[in-house]
Amino acid sequence: MLYREAGDFKKTYAEDNQTFPIKFDRWRYYAVLLVAFLVVPFMVNDYWLNAVLLPFLIYAIAAIGLNILVGYCGQVSLGTGGFMAVGAYAVYKLMTSFPEVSLFIHVILAGAITAVVGVLFGLPSLRIKGFYLAVATLAAQFFLVWLFNKVPWFYNYSASGQINAPDRTLFGQLISGPSADAWAKYMFCLVFTVVVAIVARNLTRGAQGRQWMAIRDMDIAAEIIGVDPLKAKLTAFAVSSFFIGISGALFFSIYLGAVEVGEVFGITKSFLVLFMIIIGGLGSIFGSFAGAAFLVLMPVFLKNVLVGGLGWPTDLAAHLEFMIVGALIVTFLILEPHGLAQLWRVAKEKLRLWPFPH
Amino acid sequence: MSDTFIYAIEVFINGLMAGVLYALVALGFVLIYKASGIFNYAQGVMALFAAMTLVGIMEGQVPFSHLINATFGTSIHHFGWHVPAVLAIIFTMGVMILLAWAVNHFIMRHLVNQEPIILFMATIGLAYFMEGFGDLMWGADIKKLDIGLPQGLNTWIDDTTYQAFGYGFFIDNLDIVAAIVAALLVTVLVIFSQYTKQGRAMRAVADDHQAALSVGVSLNFIWVMVWSVAGFVALVAGIMWGAKSGVQFSLSLIALKALPVLMLGGFTSIPGAIVGGLIIGVGEKLFEFFVGPMLGGATENWFAYVLALIFLVFRPQGLFGEKIIERV
Repeated sequence: MLYREAGDFKKTYAEDNQTFPIKFDRWRYYAVLLVAFLVVPFMVNDYWLNAVLLPFLIYAIAAIGLNILVGYCGQVSLGTGGFMAVGAYAVYKLMTSFPEVSLFIHVILAGAITAVVGVLFGLPSLRIKGFYLAVATLAAQFFLVWLFNKVPWFYNYSASGQINAPDRTLFGQLISGPSADAWAKYMFCLVFTVVVAIVARNLTRGAQGRQWMAIRDMDIAAEIIGVDPLKAKLTAFAVSSFFIGISGALFFSIYLGAVEVGEVFGITKSFLVLFMIIIGGLGSIFGSFAGAAFLVLMPVFLKNVLVGGLGWPTDLAAHLEFMIVGALIVTFLILEPHGLAQLWRVAKEKLRLWPFPH
Repeated sequence: MSDTFIYAIEVFINGLMAGVLYALVALGFVLIYKASGIFNYAQGVMALFAAMTLVGIMEGQVPFSHLINATFGTSIHHFGWHVPAVLAIIFTMGVMILLAWAVNHFIMRHLVNQEPIILFMATIGLAYFMEGFGDLMWGADIKKLDIGLPQGLNTWIDDTTYQAFGYGFFIDNLDIVAAIVAALLVTVLVIFSQYTKQGRAMRAVADDHQAALSVGVSLNFIWVMVWSVAGFVALVAGIMWGAKSGVQFSLSLIALKALPVLMLGGFTSIPGAIVGGLIIGVGEKLFEFFVGPMLGGATENWFAYVLALIFLVFRPQGLFGEKIIERV
């Protein structure tokens, strides 16, 4: 009944090539956008914003970025935290050096700076593969965090070594700093998330995405049929770092407001984002959203049930959360290596035939 | 002889000692990787878990006491007895064997024939699970591990070097013990894998799973055994690190330090793990000594990774690794 392609005739190439070829899917997508842009901003309050919505939107950007590198191009990276830190510190330096320029432009520039750093650390990927590369990206993680800790220029010589986001406005509305309205922060992040998702979706189904996937599936074979591994790998690193940089910039300037690099952008952040794309589904944009939503919502849910409902101490809940995340990772890898995205695909297939499966 | 040179020698020797400890962790990785092709990220957490279990058994802690207290409103924490170190180590080994069986039975058996990277991620999941499990079982506080190993300044070396150079070297007794234990451990492992029936079976599995199966080697048994041996290595590493810096969460991060050691030495080579460990240990201490002050210190955080990264660009298979041959 749902998801029927029958009766949906494509008359032009443009119609045939659209992102959501099935009519129902397309309307669902518009409905989600409509709710996100027109309903949620009027209902959002500070608790929901800080506990669920902002982390979800920002982690979704990071997960899309990492998914391009790991899921589409097959280059495993454990340096996400470090690259997010680059984005955060870049936007901080830009915000304090050029206060008259809009934060919107700063965030994009911060992404571009991160892309350059990402390409730099992506260079060894031409020689190093698999695990070796995963460990090599740890060099980026630890080196970058150390750099932002030790060089006072990056945190403007502040005594605490922290960076604090100054108040900035966009169209006359305060969007960063502690006194900004919830809906303004939400809208700012939402715009970025939606644009990033659309760009990523179209990149990955075009020629560039196919080159990445060819490299992922077998790099030597890809090279023989004419994919330039240098170009493909470095563009993957650049695009991925660009998105991760944007997410780092938003994480600092909109979400947290104050950041101490070792705590916020440590190795655990790298693993968290990696888990998001494993649970969500490698090589899927929807999977990035699903994984981000899952890992953002689960701790909130557990905390409410265990601490709020059963009255357990918070540290027990935190230990249990570790166990559940670990067990889930393993379960997903065993039962459904393609993650939540695959479950969604299977559900869609079933819905197309429902209620007459034969 | 100039002062700097003498200090550098002291730093060098301390680096060697630290390297031995890295090599201990790296050994566990190599064992599992050779036998099953699994890159076991959880090795560091296994060391932490082993050390926690050892302390818990020695002090007679009630496992899951926090959980029990929170659920039933009781307030139990200790059985009130103390177990001698040797007995506790044997018990802990039993727990590690049980763990090896569980890992094989519930995780690895279901992931046969998967890509290496999937297996790697599964062990990351395992690491997270065990971290939470260990904390839930024994509590997350920092514990002191004392099984009677000698600690503190070695006065004999201090005296001798003072007479020779006019400056006494500071070398910890514990580091010396660790070096001796590591040497013993490697000897035992080499003898085990070269001269015993099980060791030979293990090498056969490492060489070719299917061929080993076809001549009647039980893969399940070998894998449980390999994970148990890795658990044993983790226990030794856990004891050494735990005695040095207390049993706490940061212990699991030494696994991350072992990764560049492995890359430098090559994933498949036991001597590589040791040489790599020594190079990293000495390298990071000397770098911190000579270059660190210019850069603002704490270079130990990243030096190992950057060294390994640069090294790999020139020799992608590491020092002693098998040459990587790629075919389409």
